[in-house]
Amino acid sequence: MYAQMVKTGVDHIQSKEEMSPEERAFQDRVDQDIKIEPKEWMPEAYRKTLIRQISQHAHSEIIGMQPEGNWITRAPTLERKAILLAKVQDEAGHGLYLYCAAETLGVSRDDLMEQLNSGKAKYSSIFNYPTLTWADIGAIGWLVDGAAIMNQVPLQRCSYGPYSRAMIRICKEESFHQRQGYDIMMKLAKGSSEQKAMAQDALNRWWWPSLMMFGPSDAESVHSAQSMRWKIKINSNDELRQKFVDQTVPQAEYLGLTVPDPDLKWNAERGHYEFGEINWDEFYQVIAGNGPCNRDRLRTRVKAYEEGRWVREAADAYAAKKAARAQAKAA
Amino acid sequence: MTDKKEWPLWEVFIRSQHGLAHRHVGSLHAPDAEMAIMNARDVYTRRNEGVSIWVVKASDIAASSPSEKGPLFDPANSKVYRHPTFYEIPEELGHM
Ligand SMILES: [Fe+2]
Ligand SMILES: [Fe+2]
Repeated sequence: MYAQMVKTGVDHIQSKEEMSPEERAFQDRVDQDIKIEPKEWMPEAYRKTLIRQISQHAHSEIIGMQPEGNWITRAPTLERKAILLAKVQDEAGHGLYLYCAAETLGVSRDDLMEQLNSGKAKYSSIFNYPTLTWADIGAIGWLVDGAAIMNQVPLQRCSYGPYSRAMIRICKEESFHQRQGYDIMMKLAKGSSEQKAMAQDALNRWWWPSLMMFGPSDAESVHSAQSMRWKIKINSNDELRQKFVDQTVPQAEYLGLTVPDPDLKWNAERGHYEFGEINWDEFYQVIAGNGPCNRDRLRTRVKAYEEGRWVREAADAYAAKKAARAQAKAA
Repeated sequence: MTDKKEWPLWEVFIRSQHGLAHRHVGSLHAPDAEMAIMNARDVYTRRNEGVSIWVVKASDIAASSPSEKGPLFDPANSKVYRHPTFYEIPEELGHM
């Protein structure tokens, strides 16, 4: 997902008897679906895990602007260009909502930027794949934003107030993202044979990385179990992946496109699609920094930051000048 | 690589079109109030969410302390007569 394999720092799940009175009171509140707010007492591991998760999510939104930003100047029509611009701008907004949520936990924006620009911070594996044709923009909106929605909708109910509120805002905006992507795919799928081939090629390349977004199975993971107990993770990775496949396969069929998985078949008994083995080696390579675009993404990010420096400095100088004038006037 | 002088944090309040009060929507960093309002427009009103924006420096907000939640709000607990449901009005009178 936008935050993948988030560690909690715990090695086992505490029973209520093992907890301190404060920890027990905290867990009771979480169990009763009472939101935890910034200044309230919380276990240190909860705070740290949330910072990890929310900042990873924020970094993903920020880096996630790049694959799509790549096509803004080459969108096929002015309307598509305006739509894509608005979509990418939304993603910047999502990053900002999430950074603010992370900051309520006591981490500074400068630290978060530093972690991202230095390459220390993680972000979702999916944004390390290239956007080779216009059809990739369709596939990203449809599949990548579609997968993100699967994860973000339940997170609206998460236990941490600021994170939950950020998710509510984000979810309101996401459905436009997915629909504009599917709209691009529909246009191409109904177009010339070359256009249809482009759409199929994009699906071929984005299908598996989209399934990987949910992360490896976490059925046995103590971190996932702890995060679920804290209600900062609502569903297991496999559960969400299955939901995504079940939802997306009929949408691909409607487009007349073929999901690139020879093992894909409907299981009437289970009421779910069965799908083939995911190449987790590829996933681990990508998150270790060896995906097709990792280096380029970081380079572009740092360049944008450096090239914006004079703007930040000018804004600072202007603010200082105005403040000095106001002070002189008051004196 | 990163600027070490962080811009102050501003809390953003937006009044929507329907005559409701300004509502807290989130926060952002900006060097001054003017930029904070410009940024708030871009970050929080991309879809006509508001007709008015307030920004307040987060450091200027005084807040009640969560640990004193009990003593601060308890006094209201015992005053059930402040709610309309405390009073029983004969049904034949209809709505009151
Ligand atoms: Fe987003
Ligand atoms: Fe999105």
